[in-house]
Amino acid sequence: MTRLTHLQRLEAESIHIMREVAAEADRPVMLYSIGKDSAVMLHLAVKAFYPARPPFPLLHIDTGWKFREMYRFRDATAQQLGMDLIVHTNQEGVEQGINPFTHGSAIHTDVMKTQALKQALDRYRFDVAFGGARRDEEKSRAKERIFSFRTAQHRWDPKNQRPELWRLFNTRKQPGESIRVFPLSNWTELDIWQYIAQEAIPIVPLYYADERPVVERDGQLIMVDDPERMPFAPGEQTQLRRVRFRTLGCWPLTAAVESSAETLEAIIDEMRVSRTSERQGRLIDHDSAASMEKKKQEGYF
Amino acid sequence: MDSGLLRFITCGSVDDGKSTLIGRLLYESKRLFDDQIAAVAADSRRWGTQGEELDLALLVDGLAAEREQGITIDVAYRYFATEQRSFIVADTPGHEQYTRNMVTGASTADAAVLLVDARHGVMTQTRRHAWLVALLGVRHVVLAVNKMDAVGYDRARFEQIVADFAAFAAQAGLTDVAAIPLSALKGDNVITPSAEMAWYHGPTLLVWLETVPVDEAHLSHAPLRFPVQWVNRPGPDFRGFAGTLVSGTLHAGEQIRVLPSGRTSRVARLVTHDGDLAQAVAGQAVTLTLEDEIDISRGDLICPAERPAACADQFEVTLIWMAEQPLLPGRPYLLKIGGVTTGVSVTGIKHQIDVNTQARVACRELALNAIAVCTIALDREVAFDPYAENRDTGGFILIDRISHHTVGAGLIHFALRRAHNIHRQHLDVDKAARGALKGQRPCVLWFTGLSGAGKSTIANAVEQQLHALGHHTYLLDGDNVRHGLNRDLGFTEADRVENIRRVAEVAALMADAGLIVLTAFISPFRAERDMARRLLPEGDFIEIFVDAPLATAEARDPKGLYAKARRGELQHFTGIDSPYEPPLDPELRLDTTALSPDEAASQVVEHLRPHLGTC
Repeated sequence: MTRLTHLQRLEAESIHIMREVAAEADRPVMLYSIGKDSAVMLHLAVKAFYPARPPFPLLHIDTGWKFREMYRFRDATAQQLGMDLIVHTNQEGVEQGINPFTHGSAIHTDVMKTQALKQALDRYRFDVAFGGARRDEEKSRAKERIFSFRTAQHRWDPKNQRPELWRLFNTRKQPGESIRVFPLSNWTELDIWQYIAQEAIPIVPLYYADERPVVERDGQLIMVDDPERMPFAPGEQTQLRRVRFRTLGCWPLTAAVESSAETLEAIIDEMRVSRTSERQGRLIDHDSAASMEKKKQEGYF
Repeated sequence: MDSGLLRFITCGSVDDGKSTLIGRLLYESKRLFDDQIAAVAADSRRWGTQGEELDLALLVDGLAAEREQGITIDVAYRYFATEQRSFIVADTPGHEQYTRNMVTGASTADAAVLLVDARHGVMTQTRRHAWLVALLGVRHVVLAVNKMDAVGYDRARFEQIVADFAAFAAQAGLTDVAAIPLSALKGDNVITPSAEMAWYHGPTLLVWLETVPVDEAHLSHAPLRFPVQWVNRPGPDFRGFAGTLVSGTLHAGEQIRVLPSGRTSRVARLVTHDGDLAQAVAGQAVTLTLEDEIDISRGDLICPAERPAACADQFEVTLIWMAEQPLLPGRPYLLKIGGVTTGVSVTGIKHQIDVNTQARVACRELALNAIAVCTIALDREVAFDPYAENRDTGGFILIDRISHHTVGAGLIHFALRRAHNIHRQHLDVDKAARGALKGQRPCVLWFTGLSGAGKSTIANAVEQQLHALGHHTYLLDGDNVRHGLNRDLGFTEADRVENIRRVAEVAALMADAGLIVLTAFISPFRAERDMARRLLPEGDFIEIFVDAPLATAEARDPKGLYAKARRGELQHFTGIDSPYEPPLDPELRLDTTALSPDEAASQVVEHLRPHLGTC
């Protein structure tokens, strides 16, 4: 008797979740952040609806501060799959000149990601949005349902979540309510990398080690993706280091790690012995222990 | 190397050391990173209970709200992997009020870890956990006798606990039960064998988890069940049916039967992005095409032609109630099973089951976390298997029609044959024919409003006017219903729901008989009025909101009931200590502060004109 591997079982579950949304939602959309989790989620969507194309567009919330390689990768991916790509930027934030250097990670993230996401969902009246979050990323995620409801004001109420039994998901909602759906809820970081290797899923090259220009700041390596927009502190020197990224976000807020892993196999080996979690490289998570829980309640994905 | 994925549930309370055990599994299987451990170290100093040592329990207490209150409020999922297997842990709090969460976690678990404190032994909650795990069909159970360090690693103590549990486990229907003495705090027998308990020769907890069989093997031997989830039609040349095989195997060329229609065909292709498959197994998500063009839609169940599931619309089930609002028999809810969502109502509660003693208790409504054996009636036939044979085709959820929350979960026992034996007789003389003879289109005028709003007075006036115009009418009100048909009912919320359900059914029958039916009941709940509306064709249910502010109605108080309710002599009185939910979109609203009863009645008759012409 053929037995499913753990990746096959995870894959089947994610596909089931996506099809359930396609069958029951009015206007679904897939949040596409260009990172490795988005790459896996998109690949699963292609498999779930094959030979049809996934019956929803992609939405990228663009803060204006993504790595240049990410933008190239995003546009090439959408074109290759023939999927609609909606890019939304919070124009009010742009006009106010919000940026991570002057305003800090908390304000930048709130205005350019959280507020921008709410604007986009409201403007296009999407009722269900797929996100690539995993429960192993962070403690407050571990208690979030796969189908996670948001009020008309996009707020999450952790104490009022619907029980999810068997493979049954209750997708009914009140007018104005929307649902965030996380098909990768049960995947771990290692699962993601193993699956990328197994399926040969294309990812942004920044995940592989290479010589890159970085500055060392508060013990973190920040890549100088755009020297024009990078304010240097006195004495700070750009240096070439062999680095890669375990997670990708806004370049000023995402630290690189020293690494020589140039292949998926090397990345997976590195992961197995790693002593830090991937979110260690996310500057926005360090604000306080309960910061993610608070951000989520305010509407952060 | 990859023996797949095991999903298991841990049951026990904080006092049993459950969080510490999960923390230990994560910690020792190296699923924790330095920055996470640093965060726990910081948290341990602030919230911990282990002095200077790491409090592993804090690894798994997720939300700030929980840390502050020192409790766990919901199901949390944890992940770790060894060379042998990947694991998903459903971590659920063990107290009685969290039955809902335990049931949720157990619904997808292959195995269960029941925690017992060695100092206290098998307690009421241990029996409750074992019974719930057995109820939800978890096949493999391990009794983790924790805190052995606190009883001096005493073998006799362990064996006593195992013996106590064995008797109960057999009675609950658990067949595969192991027992392991351990200390989550010290690490004995969790990952590595304990030096302190050389007398124990069985596996450590991790080894047990790595080797216990997963459910798929069992499911692959069951008959094929493939609920159609989504119809894939990218163009005119392709029509595929997407879904997950919840049991059995499927081969290209296999003869299948589609339920509930019963049509048969052969599988042409098993289509995946990676190429066509020759065979799919339980747990796989695939898209299949058939050799014949037959009508199939979401919610249909594909089965082997020779071993189809049964179809029915009435069942005996076990219900687990998950909402603060009680379950009321007769109230309409939605039921979701596979890809089908349909109307349902509970037709009777046979008995409630006390989760602590498993004793049967009589009851009339179900409160949060109550479990009961009930009968239910669906609005349509669905294909099913008994839950004991198949969790996916035998398990369902109940959804509240108004709040849309998931309010209950159910396990099908068997179909009630009644529906099969009462085939609806096709009648040649129908409602339209009866109405035509009377020169009217039959309908129901549903008057709703507070006591004292003027429902009966206006309904009476309307009936007089209709009668004078030569129409055939009947007025149902409290006087002619409560004294006869419904004299067994009181005024609790459950009884009011049943009262209205009977009135609605009688009104629908009388309309079917050709009459214009008037009903005058407070009918305070939207759900019941909507249920009455659904019994009739569109346009034949006319909801009339007799609107009077509470103060006005109370000032009129024609029967002196408000005064009595205010004195506390009358319980559950609408507007005083029981809610009234005004109609959101009635066909007619009568403002009785501005209209006399006769004026109001004339408005109703005017509204009724289209029904009064000869057909």
